[in-house]
Amino acid sequence: MSTDNVILEMRGITKTFPGVKALQDVTLQVTRGEVHAICGENGAGKSTLMKVLSGVYPHGSYTGDILFEDEPCEFRTIRDSEERGIVIIHQELALSPYLSIAENIFLGNERAKGGVIDWHKTNSEAAMLLARVGLTEHPDTKVMDIGVGKQQLVEIAKALSKRVKLLILDEPTAALNDEDSAHLLDLMRSLKGQGITSIIISHKLNEIAAIADSTTIIRDGQTIETLDMHGAEPVTEDRIIRAMVGRSLENRYPERTPEIGEEALRVENWTVHHPNDHSRVVVDNANLDVRKGEIVGIAGLMGAGRTEFAMSVFGRSYGSNISGRLVKDGEEISPKSVKQAINAGIAYATEDRKRYGLNLIEDIKRNISSSALGKLSRFGVVDGRTEVGTAEGYRKDMNIKAPSVDAVTGKLSGGNQQKVVLSKWIFADPDVLILDEPTRGIDVGAKYEIYQIINKLAEQGKAVIVISSELPELLGICDRVFAMSQGRITGVLPRGEADQESLMRYMTMEKESAQA
Amino acid sequence: MSALTQYLSKNLRDYGMMAALIIIVVVFQFLTDNRLLIPNNVAALVQQNAYVFILTIGMVMVIVAGHIDLSVGSVVAFVGGVMGVLIVQEQIPWLLAVVIGLGIGALVGAWQGFWIAYMGIPAFIVTLAGMLIFRGLAIVIAGTTISGFPGEFNAISKGSLPNVLGFAGDLDALTLLIGGVAIGGLIFGQLRSRRVLQREGLAAEPLVAFVGKLVVIGLLIGFITYLLAKSAGGTPIVLVIVGALVVIYTFVMNKTVFGRHIYAIGGNLSAAILSGVNTRRVNFMIFVNMGVLAAVAGIVTTARAGSAVASAGNMFELDAIAAAFIGGTAVTGGVGKVTGAIIGALIMGVLNMGLSIMGVDAAWQQTIKGLVLLAAVAFDILNKRKTGAV
Repeated sequence: MSTDNVILEMRGITKTFPGVKALQDVTLQVTRGEVHAICGENGAGKSTLMKVLSGVYPHGSYTGDILFEDEPCEFRTIRDSEERGIVIIHQELALSPYLSIAENIFLGNERAKGGVIDWHKTNSEAAMLLARVGLTEHPDTKVMDIGVGKQQLVEIAKALSKRVKLLILDEPTAALNDEDSAHLLDLMRSLKGQGITSIIISHKLNEIAAIADSTTIIRDGQTIETLDMHGAEPVTEDRIIRAMVGRSLENRYPERTPEIGEEALRVENWTVHHPNDHSRVVVDNANLDVRKGEIVGIAGLMGAGRTEFAMSVFGRSYGSNISGRLVKDGEEISPKSVKQAINAGIAYATEDRKRYGLNLIEDIKRNISSSALGKLSRFGVVDGRTEVGTAEGYRKDMNIKAPSVDAVTGKLSGGNQQKVVLSKWIFADPDVLILDEPTRGIDVGAKYEIYQIINKLAEQGKAVIVISSELPELLGICDRVFAMSQGRITGVLPRGEADQESLMRYMTMEKESAQA
Repeated sequence: MSALTQYLSKNLRDYGMMAALIIIVVVFQFLTDNRLLIPNNVAALVQQNAYVFILTIGMVMVIVAGHIDLSVGSVVAFVGGVMGVLIVQEQIPWLLAVVIGLGIGALVGAWQGFWIAYMGIPAFIVTLAGMLIFRGLAIVIAGTTISGFPGEFNAISKGSLPNVLGFAGDLDALTLLIGGVAIGGLIFGQLRSRRVLQREGLAAEPLVAFVGKLVVIGLLIGFITYLLAKSAGGTPIVLVIVGALVVIYTFVMNKTVFGRHIYAIGGNLSAAILSGVNTRRVNFMIFVNMGVLAAVAGIVTTARAGSAVASAGNMFELDAIAAAFIGGTAVTGGVGKVTGAIIGALIMGVLNMGLSIMGVDAAWQQTIKGLVLLAAVAFDILNKRKTGAV
């Protein structure tokens, strides 16, 4: 690789958030005119790196150098990077649904004279851009009236309107069906023909194998290696997987001797559709079971449908057209609301505790009591003294670090907030606990404490289901691990047989149609 | 920083509001040549503003849950019209009519609550429609005015408790007794909850602040009691109604499951849903409750005017909303206290009365009230930003 062909070079990029080193001395070199893939587990630092590159994290908030077309860059805003021809398309599309395609393409970059929009120019240029990305829609069509796949193409047309030299696509096909994905990959090839360099972040290894010229693998905020996809030695999916997960398991998980009892919950043929788009299957005929005293994991990449699966089981709090059977302690149940699910002995602690788990302006004790206030009240009147005593008990048990249970939860650290969430659900005294990313955004010390709490729950005979994006975590604490991919349970491995590579293979397993 | 100043700055809002009320009273007392606090004015202050106190209690609950109710003024007129038809035209016993009126308030609330809670239409829209609907219906029922209410009915707003215990000097003994019970109850209740806090090892407020608060509130109640006991009638009946509502709803908001659920919904709706709170039913009940309180306000307003007036209650919703916000209710929901809103209503009431005594033009009065509302909420938001609570 000769250096004069390098369009982008990122050197020694280090980015820290309070308490976490998100990126550590990361290096990335992209050759002009190639499709460069970036791979890594959830949380490895891929998106952070792209945010550094595009100026979302301004110059000065990280250390290291960015060289674009041999010139050093100090982007302070996204606008700065776009002026240089670097455009990022995020996973969540940034289109305004009520505006037309043409208006969206030129949003913030209007074709106007003296503040007055030139509609003729807007629409004719938009039509040209649409043709380049292979869309035949009229530029006047509202964005909300076209599908997600086409919206993705509109985003690319918008990028083209900014004279893009380096196009960054963050998980572009995560929300697309097979046909739209194939079309998008075709488009990327044709853009490459037009001299546009692209970076693609993707979890779909078959896509990467199909389109990438080189692949950089990031793990734990560090660059592991860059693979030449057209080299002498063919790069297999296994090769990528090994690089993605290849870390040794240290003694980060507390010991436990499982005592597994009867079956606690069985989910049969569970199918869930998207709440708004009733034709889209989000969970596809999933089967899962968990026993008393057992810790069961669900592994899967982003968009695999794990959270959707869990929430739909939890009193149908997600989805539409839900079908399938829930069997708890040998009897079929059908909780249709959260309240009924709680009464049936099921609890679900959300992956996003700030948005869905806690009332951040309320204190610890009232958060803990909120899911089972009935246990603390008589004739609708809350017994404040028992409530304080109960909360105080959990504060000591769970080692919640706060001056008192009167402390507002919004001011606690992530680990302590998570302990409040766990206390809240333990107080509800369920038989089956579903914990969605219980250690997300928590430092290592607090993680160990959370694992201890999970172990203790299993010891008490509760059935625990842990959803996690960190494979080592699942392998470290679970008795069995289910893998999900594209809404389906693709496999289940007992602890002894599971390792990161076998799980990753199940997690990236495509539907039969796509594999052929 | 000492524990005391730290505590005070943390609770700046609560104490600041009370201090603001006292300062406003003192300033007007001075500006009006000591006419603000003559005994009959104090009784009149309560009687004139009774509707704000009653409405703002319900409004705090509505706003804490993240909604708004623009219809209460129209509901006041509508229920007043119903009172006129039932009592004056149909000659139904007034007590029975009052009960029917409260039931109709509940139905009005159920109607609005249905659209808001079960159909998912924003409360702003539903109650804006309600504002038009019930004003229209009030005019349909009452025409312009129905007068000729019996004196017993009018006494709800105009009357005072009878002087059953005689006088102590020139003071009404019953009023003194009520004031004494109120102060005693306050001290007893506060001491009890402080003891509970200490037993559980929780941080109670510093002793100085605790005693200071009790002394100030105790003196205030004592002073008002003294003034009322000296006034022409003693304790206004409507004050008893308002006092009972304040006690009941403070209890509801602080101690009951229903109250908790209101705060939970306003604090984080998604978390409340995922904690098993039946948010629809809670929202529905909040509006039923608001309807009943609007009916109470309608009855009080009609009794005070001595007639049912189709244009009554105009802009009452804004008084209630303003009082709630001045009283520290958060615009974003989740935060707010009944007692705070009552102090907010008192601030507005004292401003009204003081400015009227001074002979300030009504147009200027409105302007000043608007500025006070803006200042109170701005203070709130800036204070939050300073302490990093946002």
